[in-house]
Amino acid sequence: MKTMSFAGAIEDALMKAMSEDPRIVVFGEDVHSIRMNLFAKFGEMRVRSTPISESAFLGAAVTASMAGLRPVVELLMIDFVAVGVDALVNHAAKLEGFSGGRWKAPMVVRASCGGGYGDGGQHEQSLWGWLAQIPGLKVVVPSNPADAGGLMLSAIQDEGPVIYLEHKLLADYWIDGLADGGRTNLDYDIPEAGARGEVPRTWEPIPIGEAKVLRDGNDLTMVSVGVSVHRCLEAATQLAEHGVQAGVIDLRSIAPLDTDAVCRAVERTGRLLVVDEDYKHFSLSGELAAVVMEAGITAQFARVCVEDTIPFDRRREAEALPNVARILEAASGLRA
Amino acid sequence: MQPSAEVLYRQMYKSRRFEEAVTELWNDGHISAEMHLSKGEEAIVAGVVDHVTDGDALALEHRGTAPLVMRGVDLALLIKEFMGLEDGLCRGMGGHMHLFSPEHLAASSGIVGASGPAACGFAFAAQHLRPGKVAVAFFGEGAMNQGMLMESMNLASAWSLPVIFVCKDNGMAITTPSNEVTGGDLLKRARGLGAHAISLDGTDVNEVWRAAREAFVRAREGGGPTFLHATCVHPDGHLLGDPLLRIVRKPVRELKSRVAPLMKAATTGGSSLSEKAASLGSIVDMLGRASKADRQGASDPVEQQRPQLSISDAQRADLEREVDAEVQDAVAAALRSKEARG
Repeated sequence: MKTMSFAGAIEDALMKAMSEDPRIVVFGEDVHSIRMNLFAKFGEMRVRSTPISESAFLGAAVTASMAGLRPVVELLMIDFVAVGVDALVNHAAKLEGFSGGRWKAPMVVRASCGGGYGDGGQHEQSLWGWLAQIPGLKVVVPSNPADAGGLMLSAIQDEGPVIYLEHKLLADYWIDGLADGGRTNLDYDIPEAGARGEVPRTWEPIPIGEAKVLRDGNDLTMVSVGVSVHRCLEAATQLAEHGVQAGVIDLRSIAPLDTDAVCRAVERTGRLLVVDEDYKHFSLSGELAAVVMEAGITAQFARVCVEDTIPFDRRREAEALPNVARILEAASGLRA
Repeated sequence: MQPSAEVLYRQMYKSRRFEEAVTELWNDGHISAEMHLSKGEEAIVAGVVDHVTDGDALALEHRGTAPLVMRGVDLALLIKEFMGLEDGLCRGMGGHMHLFSPEHLAASSGIVGASGPAACGFAFAAQHLRPGKVAVAFFGEGAMNQGMLMESMNLASAWSLPVIFVCKDNGMAITTPSNEVTGGDLLKRARGLGAHAISLDGTDVNEVWRAAREAFVRAREGGGPTFLHATCVHPDGHLLGDPLLRIVRKPVRELKSRVAPLMKAATTGGSSLSEKAASLGSIVDMLGRASKADRQGASDPVEQQRPQLSISDAQRADLEREVDAEVQDAVAAALRSKEARG
């Protein structure tokens, strides 16, 4: 058995891909320090630090990919996509359509996402629903090392733009760099199975848009992504102790969305509980409710999401993010 | 070596005639919505594009017609695209603001300032895959107040990217005089971001050509980006049917529906009388300026090149007839295609 950390798996898969394909380049903020190993291995031309200038380097990534490179462009935090979102929304996403299918932008935008370490609402957002809403953008969110490596490979191989989001509670270097800063006296609710786990002997791409059923259950279907998947699994274990069999689906990809996997499960259970660290309104959770209704499935529905600006104060932050207690409460509302 | 005067003249004349044909199609309702033409900037485009060779890239804005015409993109494909036909350059999906030609590494965008980052990406790819090749960004002076363009100048300097930033300055940011909304000096601004910068008369194709040559040589040799600041006039304003030009050209018709609400707004409530008077004064000024510019006429870059020609009038007439026929054929092909579509 081979195990890796979440961050290690991404780096390992990326390193393998870069060794095999000289068109892959990494650029973005601070990549010489946060991707030190890649920099040491591939040098300045392939691992290049940019100015703090999201509009310029995200826009440049689009045309660099159009002209033959395979950029993996680093944003540090997905919150900062707001600064340069034009490149994604109006350019990368539109290219294939506007060019009548003649030109594509094979680029990966890599960024950290999510909260749970007390950094406040401008540095802890998820924003995947916001981005997934734009036709032409793919959005993936791995929840464990095996998926992290496999999805990175498929993101690089994809012929269009893919936004690859890594949750900060899963990738240890983010917590080390942003939260601990050398201290050892702080705690975070890090899901162990997400931060370290089994990985395949050799990396194979995981098709984008395929959800994974992590737990079967006939009473209730929980659908989630990222760190919240682990909160769901914990809640499902507790529910089982009370005789409720809850299934858990890890979407892994927000766009495209594996609607079949969700509908198959909800058809059986008649109960859908979406646990989403992204915002509640006009969102992934709302989309999933619509998907189930459009499929003609009659089901009870509940959701546990972030509803407002994420508080800085860690106690209030913990209440704002999806947690096991909130999931159990929402699930109990569905049982009747 | 500088090409003959005829070569540059033919390029400018072709673009002009093509855009005149497009204007007619637009007037006849064959083309929907906005239409931004390059009329008035032909010398800038011709003087720059003459240096472009295969493997060089073009990052274009909403006025991408002239660069693509001069790069040799099929005229009928362009017109069909403007008309939204399935056999257009981009299968009718993009329209005139979103023109793409992968074979020419040419990509347009309708977002003001976006050609800056786009040129950086093309140039970055050139550094890796096509050493010695360059990327050109075309944009207006209105785009100089966009963050992404300023950021891209910095990035191009920091990374020594082979980018040529071509600013076509007609003095108007859509309908707002640029000097009213621009701080400082554009040349100094570009220099402050690390680019070589030069100012030139954008109606003189020969001056543009010479300045562009230096910029291309520098970029190809790894000397980093150049900012070419070229002045010009847009005789048709920002777009066909420019609202200010419509008022000054047909004041009676255009003002009929505007005067009453304007007067009502200016005489009831709101801010103080003196502030409202000042606003009205500004509106009158704005129209006065537009009218004056319109009456003065442009220093036309195409006309300006004629005395430079070394060919006889008869030879020039032949050249023009040849181009006219090419344009007419393209229009006819597009109209046939539209008719066949039903």
